[in-house]
Amino acid sequence: MSSGPSLLKELDYSVLQQCMHCGLCLPSCPTYLETGRERNSPRGRISLMRAIADDEMAATRGFADEMAYCLGCLACTTACPAGVDYGTLFESARAEAELGGAAASPWRSFIRFYTLRFLLFRPWALRAQARILRFYEASGLRGLARKSGILSLLPARIGELDRQALPIRREFSDAIIAAVERPGGAARHRVLVLTGCIQDIAFSDVNRATVDVLLANGCEVATPRGQSCCGSLHVHNGDLETARALARRQLDAVDPAGYDAIISNSAGCGSHLKRYGHLLADDPAYAARAAQWSSRMRDISEWLVEIAFRRPAAPPSGAVPVSLTYHEACHLCHGQKITAQPREILRAIPGVDLRECPEATMCCGSAGVYSLTQPATATWLRDRKVGHIRSTGASIVATANPGCQQQIEQGFKSGQGAVRVTHPVVLLAEAYTAEAKRVLS
Amino acid sequence: MIDVLITLLGRENVLTEREDLIPYSFDATAVFRRMPAVAVFPRTAAEVSAVLKLAASHKVPVVARGSGTGLSGGSVPTEGSLVLCLVRMDRIVELDARNFTLRAQAGVPTQAIFEAADAAGLFYPPDPGSMKVSTIGGNVAENSGGLRGLKYGVTRDYVMGLEVVLANGDICRLGNKCVKDVAGYSLKDLFIGSEGTLGVVTEVLLRLLPRPAARQTILATYARMDAAAATVSAIIEAKIVPCTLEFLDSKTIRCVEDFARVGLPLDAEALLLIEADGHPAAVAEDAARILDLCRENGATSVRLAADAAEASRLATARRSAFSALARVKPTTILEDATVPRSELARMIRFIQATAARHRLDIATFGHFGDGNLHPTFLTNERDTDEMHRVELAMREIFTEALALGGTITGEHGVGLAKKAFLREQVGDASYALLKQVKRTLDPGNMLNPGKIFDL
Repeated sequence: MSSGPSLLKELDYSVLQQCMHCGLCLPSCPTYLETGRERNSPRGRISLMRAIADDEMAATRGFADEMAYCLGCLACTTACPAGVDYGTLFESARAEAELGGAAASPWRSFIRFYTLRFLLFRPWALRAQARILRFYEASGLRGLARKSGILSLLPARIGELDRQALPIRREFSDAIIAAVERPGGAARHRVLVLTGCIQDIAFSDVNRATVDVLLANGCEVATPRGQSCCGSLHVHNGDLETARALARRQLDAVDPAGYDAIISNSAGCGSHLKRYGHLLADDPAYAARAAQWSSRMRDISEWLVEIAFRRPAAPPSGAVPVSLTYHEACHLCHGQKITAQPREILRAIPGVDLRECPEATMCCGSAGVYSLTQPATATWLRDRKVGHIRSTGASIVATANPGCQQQIEQGFKSGQGAVRVTHPVVLLAEAYTAEAKRVLS
Repeated sequence: MIDVLITLLGRENVLTEREDLIPYSFDATAVFRRMPAVAVFPRTAAEVSAVLKLAASHKVPVVARGSGTGLSGGSVPTEGSLVLCLVRMDRIVELDARNFTLRAQAGVPTQAIFEAADAAGLFYPPDPGSMKVSTIGGNVAENSGGLRGLKYGVTRDYVMGLEVVLANGDICRLGNKCVKDVAGYSLKDLFIGSEGTLGVVTEVLLRLLPRPAARQTILATYARMDAAAATVSAIIEAKIVPCTLEFLDSKTIRCVEDFARVGLPLDAEALLLIEADGHPAAVAEDAARILDLCRENGATSVRLAADAAEASRLATARRSAFSALARVKPTTILEDATVPRSELARMIRFIQATAARHRLDIATFGHFGDGNLHPTFLTNERDTDEMHRVELAMREIFTEALALGGTITGEHGVGLAKKAFLREQVGDASYALLKQVKRTLDPGNMLNPGKIFDL
């Protein structure tokens, strides 16, 4: 039926065959939960991919829509006893949909080019854009634009973008973290911290806290200047070529052999960064270095537990307990299968009452750029998540991914009741600081 | 016809695009795939009735389906058929704590029924491996079993009443909440296990039990399969009836552990997962006796689950066995040949010999307590030569099961997968009777045609 290059046809067929369509993935899939239709489920999507590989179907507009509707949350990979590599299938399928041009429109093509190949390809461009956004917000222009109603004249998606605009920080990571920072005593480990894109411009405090807890645990921390995007958004949006270029650039800049660990504090980035070995497996010039990179990649919580991080001492008199709940970022719990370590960190903080949240491992709807491309489903998932968080009565939500943090903050803004949303390492860093202050006084 | 369906059910409940229908062209059975012409999602028995009448007038066959977790191809559509998907009929209608009954629409997941009963201090025992996903309507249509069959029986033992839509669109209510009821033929029993060939089950009235006050899970490992089989015989001879008595061979143990990470011993040749339930004193006594019997019969290790959470993790891990086996080879074909309990060890040895003879990879697990085995072929459907050997081996296994007084299917149904073997099991007269019943209730052969047998 279809001819020409096809990523799904080139893919090792056994990856598709691995799915024996038992259906045990169905209850874990947010989109199947929303519609009850098989095509919106993991096994349904895999059957469509297989139909393309078998030449029974072309990569149609319907197929492209279906792959765009998938969150890529990977909850199905946790549910799947057969061990289907849905991540690889999903990346190939999204790339296939792009290759066929089934999803193309001039506006969409422009947005894709501007975000994936411009903003997220050139570190300076993203930061410059962020400064413009910050000016737009801080100068009062935004309020003016909203009041004037000018936004309603623009395409609906722009209005949506405005509502979801990131809270850009005054200072990005390079301004508040030195290129190399050394711990008080002798360094036991040498690590490198990746500052990310969104994390860098919107949550640079998380990066600072990451460095602080690493220093407090005897790590010498290198934070290279002007870091590039890791390419995870590219892979999730079917642009494998740019993703490979970004991975190579990363590997040119950093020799993994020089560090005990390379640390990410963003679940989405970390999940992808661990796959550099897979991404560049067929590139003879980079395969070995990429494999080494993958073996040294650690999520911050994973690394802290691995080096037996120090538990902050409890205050002498009983402090008021803080109720806290943990939202599991998809690409941490499903993408990297890390669920125990963040909880271990949270439980180590004195005075924390950790309350489990119902459906803690279900996607919050952020999912990369999903909240922009599929706003209805994203909002449905966000409100569902906020409802579950409310039901715990917790006053703090900890989560280890900037997208989730932004999405959940947004969810609480549009409803009532203030809840603080932050990263587990920020809470740990605060506990170390409180401890130090007690020692001084 | 499509336009009328849209008028009847609403546009969002009628699917016709190729991308929509490919995902309805199969169920959880390996190999079988056929394209339907349309898939619809009714919400009431009246809508089901209207759809059946419409389909009959257009001579379009109807294949009822729940979540598509069947393992005999029972809900695989026939080419060009109408898929009647009942998952939107997902309401628990009533839980009657005075009569210990629960009424649910056909699309309610089995797990939801278990949980609703549990929340009221009651117990719905049948627990097929796919219970988190499977629907109660599908369970009734296939008369599904599960891990607790030894003590608690199968789905049939808990069905007190049914609402069924016949091929001509008539809506029949069969049975009621009375424990005793001998008014007329027990027609509900005709529909249980009928695999969607006689009518469409739209609502189920289930019998519940009081929830057992205590339960205890035991894990025993063996270096030899025979020792595990001997343990099972010894437990039964001691007149102990555990609620589950599950067996996993070494291949299955490794695959399950790879997925579930519950600490199964990777070096064991065989493993028994045993659960006793009931009054706390009786459970404690049974558990102690079972531990002794395991040791006396050569278990290399025996331990009690630490708490309910660990017991539940072990049961969930066991339920994943079939899917976890898919890790090994591209195609996983699960069978459910069943023999009287006393013949189990012999049957397992036969399966092992058959695998060796045909150079095949067969993993075996199953419900040791009730003789229900799951020999699972780990193969590749693209390897024609190997698939031929799989067919030969399967036939030999079925023939041996029948020779030992067993059945070709203990809990998955005949569907498409075992059609070829049914006549041999039931005999000519019974085979003719099956067809006669089908012709009487579905003279146009509109409901799931070609399943169980060809008319």
